[in-house]
Amino acid sequence: MRTAFINTLNELASRDERIWLLCGDLGFSVLEPFAKSFPNRYVNVGVAEQNMTGVAAGLALSGKIVFTYSIANFPVIRCLEQIRNDVCAHNLNVKIVSVGGGFAYGSAGYTHHGTEDLAIMRVLPNMTVLAPGDPVETRLLTVAATEQPGPCYLRLGKAGEPTIHTSEPEITIGKAIILRQGVDGTLISTGGMLGSAIKAANELFALGVSVTVLSMPALSPLDKGAILHAAKNTGRILTVENHGLGGLGSAVAEVLAESTICPRFAAMYLQARPASVAGSEATMYASHGLSVGDITSKMMSLIDS
Amino acid sequence: MHSRPRPSPHRQHATRYDLRYPWYMSVPVQLTVEFASRIRAHALRMVSNASAAHIGSALSIADILSVLYTHVLRVDPTKPDWPERDRLIVSKGHATSILYAALAERGFFPLDWLADYCKDESKLLGHVSHHVPGVEVSTGSLGHGLPIACGMALAAKRDGRSNRTFVILSDGELDEGSCWEAILFAGHNRLSNLTAIVDYNKIQSFGTVKDVLDLDPLAAKWDAFHWHTLEIDGHDIAQLQVALSSVPLEADRPTVIIAHTIKGKGVSFMEDRLEWHYKSPNAVQLEQALQELGYSC
Repeated sequence: MRTAFINTLNELASRDERIWLLCGDLGFSVLEPFAKSFPNRYVNVGVAEQNMTGVAAGLALSGKIVFTYSIANFPVIRCLEQIRNDVCAHNLNVKIVSVGGGFAYGSAGYTHHGTEDLAIMRVLPNMTVLAPGDPVETRLLTVAATEQPGPCYLRLGKAGEPTIHTSEPEITIGKAIILRQGVDGTLISTGGMLGSAIKAANELFALGVSVTVLSMPALSPLDKGAILHAAKNTGRILTVENHGLGGLGSAVAEVLAESTICPRFAAMYLQARPASVAGSEATMYASHGLSVGDITSKMMSLIDS
Repeated sequence: MHSRPRPSPHRQHATRYDLRYPWYMSVPVQLTVEFASRIRAHALRMVSNASAAHIGSALSIADILSVLYTHVLRVDPTKPDWPERDRLIVSKGHATSILYAALAERGFFPLDWLADYCKDESKLLGHVSHHVPGVEVSTGSLGHGLPIACGMALAAKRDGRSNRTFVILSDGELDEGSCWEAILFAGHNRLSNLTAIVDYNKIQSFGTVKDVLDLDPLAAKWDAFHWHTLEIDGHDIAQLQVALSSVPLEADRPTVIIAHTIKGKGVSFMEDRLEWHYKSPNAVQLEQALQELGYSC
């Protein structure tokens, strides 16, 4: 995803001189081409994310489209008040890019785990919240986020994620993407769990169960219509995310609770449990009950109950 | 809002600042002194009328704002969004009454608006709001203004524009780490088009600066971060005029003006008193304060 993002940004910046990139002293082997091609629109602000976000606001107030870039919580929670007051309240063209959503930096420890970011970002005014599911969605959403005025949070994985989309989907911010149509239930995924959702759908198919798979890269604005349509037509909704409470599962629950449709519903998300031992990304998800097998079992339990 | 005529205590003093002196001309000191006196009177009436706080912090920067708005800032009240304008960020957003008074006196919006300060439906919120004409950025939580000012100055510098960016900071605000991130950044990036003004009245929210978190030696700190440092009397209009109209003082360093000020300046019983960070003058106190300034309620 990281590679798809920066390649897309380089292309966009070559066509639009308003695009700037600020980094908080991270981005080795990623950001160098941008810095080399557009030195006048690139700043390494140092390890100072509050200032990075404030500087981004000042640049945006001067007509720039500003991307801030760092790892996991650093460009998000470390500078949350700058995002809230300076960026969101002024509705500025600042795009916050975080690499390392969920457990992408599995063994790096809790400081580097992005596990609360979506919950926090999605409640901020004017903020568009995007968590693409694969490199294809990343590329298309980077373009869409640049073209759409206003604040945006773009949550990425790291590098080397599999490409899930076999063809280029039509992407509109705020619209779910249908990857598979089924009748027995719906899996809704956001961010880097899309591959696991597809694998679980395959396992379910082998068990004689057909499910719809929705990729929900935008948590704000949320595609309420797609959620309600799926609830009405498949009767069972299971959300899957590499994030804790307050993210996709909570957002979908809010929509369903306010509707008159009562599907069987379950949300699979990360436990609020700071890591105390090392683990790869896959190991970490499994330890939080988010393996492919766990997803399959959970959907089966919704169907059986 | 403001469509319903009402008696305004500000109306009787609605002698608008006459812009006979564009920014590039020298302004008589007396004119700025009168401007400062008027905005002090407005601010006192506003906070009293609204039972609002922070009058001490407002009076502290009355002279700084007056010099900026009469003598220094290249702004056009008829075109608040003029791209080539100088930018001012009042980062100590609690001192908002005096900023609104200065903007009204300068012609950005009607003086009548001041009577509605902090009242229902008024745009004049209790902390600086960018929804008010002439205000660049909303502030209120300390430590936000200088990073934003850095971004504005950086954009102007790299775009080759000549407009300048000014930011007013409180001394207590310098407790915030984000200020020092920005101070480091501006020095490193040689933002000579950026001027910070520290309202150094030596009293912060809950004690003296010396007792709470001592900033001394303040000038040496900024100097060590590669800023051109100037210390002046923040109530001496002539000194302020010379200092603020001389920036940038160096071609490759930002400027900080450490303005030694007095909290509550201009009202004898408010001067240098911490409680006027919070208290609002009652009717008797308001009348006494205005009399000291040569006005009446």
